[in-house]
Amino acid sequence: MIKVLRAEARKLRRPTLALPTLAAAMGLTALTTSLLYLLIDSPSGNGREGIRVSAKQLSLPDGVVYSFQSAATLLGVIALCVFAAQTAQEYTYGTLRNLLLREPSRMKILLGKYVAMSIFAFLIVLTSAAISIGLSFALASDAKVSTVLWTSLDGKSAIVHALANALLATIGFGTLGMILGLLLRSPITAISIGVIWLLIVENLLSAVVKNADKWLPGMQLGVVAMGGSLSNAYSRALGVAGIYILIGAVLAAVLFKRRDVAN
Amino acid sequence: MVHEIAITVSNLTKKYDEQVAVSNATFEVPLGAICGFVGPNGSGKTTTIRMLLGLIKPTFGSATVLGHEIDRPEKYLSQVGAMIEGPAFYPALSGEENLHVLATLGGFPGSRVKELIDTVGLTGRGNSKFKNYSLGMKQRLGIAAALLPNPQLLILDEPTNGLDPAGIHEIRTLLRELAENGTTVFVSSHLLSELEMISEYLVMLREGNVIFSGLISDLLEAQQSQILVKPEFETDSDRLVAVIRSAGHTVEVKDGLLYVLVPEHFSSEINRLAFAAGITLQSLTPMLPTLEETFFDMTGGQA
Repeated sequence: MIKVLRAEARKLRRPTLALPTLAAAMGLTALTTSLLYLLIDSPSGNGREGIRVSAKQLSLPDGVVYSFQSAATLLGVIALCVFAAQTAQEYTYGTLRNLLLREPSRMKILLGKYVAMSIFAFLIVLTSAAISIGLSFALASDAKVSTVLWTSLDGKSAIVHALANALLATIGFGTLGMILGLLLRSPITAISIGVIWLLIVENLLSAVVKNADKWLPGMQLGVVAMGGSLSNAYSRALGVAGIYILIGAVLAAVLFKRRDVAN
Repeated sequence: MVHEIAITVSNLTKKYDEQVAVSNATFEVPLGAICGFVGPNGSGKTTTIRMLLGLIKPTFGSATVLGHEIDRPEKYLSQVGAMIEGPAFYPALSGEENLHVLATLGGFPGSRVKELIDTVGLTGRGNSKFKNYSLGMKQRLGIAAALLPNPQLLILDEPTNGLDPAGIHEIRTLLRELAENGTTVFVSSHLLSELEMISEYLVMLREGNVIFSGLISDLLEAQQSQILVKPEFETDSDRLVAVIRSAGHTVEVKDGLLYVLVPEHFSSEINRLAFAAGITLQSLTPMLPTLEETFFDMTGGQA
């Protein structure tokens, strides 16, 4: 599997993929963080979905990662696109047959790809966290936010937890992308369906169906990224998302193993 | 394990719903030979190759590659190189980087990449992106990828597609060199004249069925040979036709030339018949049908 992982890393590190993806992730995080601090007194809100986050709230130990947690779902969408594209492109380019000639074990191919993309997702999360936390420190004084508690033990613990949750959620979104890529075998179709589902369909369903926000996979991963919400506990969201991902992953893996490679 | 046969195929069949792609295919490819694999488009060549490489599961039947059953491709693929249905690579990666991906995956040394780039004539272009390659360059890269494992068996599907005459000549020479060094080459191509020049063995498919497998020389010898006869004076043509027909032979006249459908050793008899009738011959040329003519004859004229 190590050979698959190294081969996959060669594809992922190509400048046309790695640089724009990292730039997009850092740009989105920087934008979310900047808006949080620059619009701190805005009556139309400075946080997700127009909520107002005060300087007092941001001065708490977990205030240091508030903006990063807000951006985590967007990182997940980026991961979904990367995982889906990297998986489905093997079918559209016809390169899967080359891979299987050099590594006939389909499960090793799948697992190696997954681990390589998860490492890539980790890099996305890590660089975005660095940008977000760095910008938070830089913008805090102008926004009259105290950073004293950010460097406390609780503050450091909040950073570790936020990183772990964001990584978990990002890999979760990525796994959904990989499942779509394997099932649909077309990057454009897999990405379109994935993004439309996460950003439009789930929001529409949660608006019209009672408690839908407690069952929809993307929303569960969003809750995991935020470390839990008032209406949905962290452990519950993690469990529900895990069930979706497990079922999808088993289905996709069985299909990948059994399906003829005819293109 | 010592084996004299590189590929054995026995009643191999692939069905997609009601459509039969390959039907009870049975043939063998001897070790160390160059074996041509021919058939019209859609005759099942690529499906057969994919089954041999473990990419497609047969509906029924069996096959072995280098002595191993095809349901265990991990046993033999490390000794097999293949290019199926044209070269497939990542467009955004360079030719060298594409080969490095496959070399890493197969556990081959990175130095092999540079070596193969030179072998297939891509020296100086290895760092260009695959998407910027011409069709011929893509084909060369595909052949380089197939050669990565220094294969005991090389399976190539239309390797000369997109190559210019010089490129075709280079590939022909390369395949001959590989065969001389003990590599078995199983190659499908529509360029039958090329196959005739390099292959000893042939497997011919039509509509999913194997209609010939064996030595090309046996196939050609089994075909109706003919002797091309040209009288010195064109005015003697009709009389010469009558003389040969009266001796019980079949004669066809095309563009003033006489084609007598007899084996090669009948040349002397035709010469004697003409001499006895007072006709001088300008030329008397025994002709065997080409592989292309035989192919069209056996596949019912399908391209």
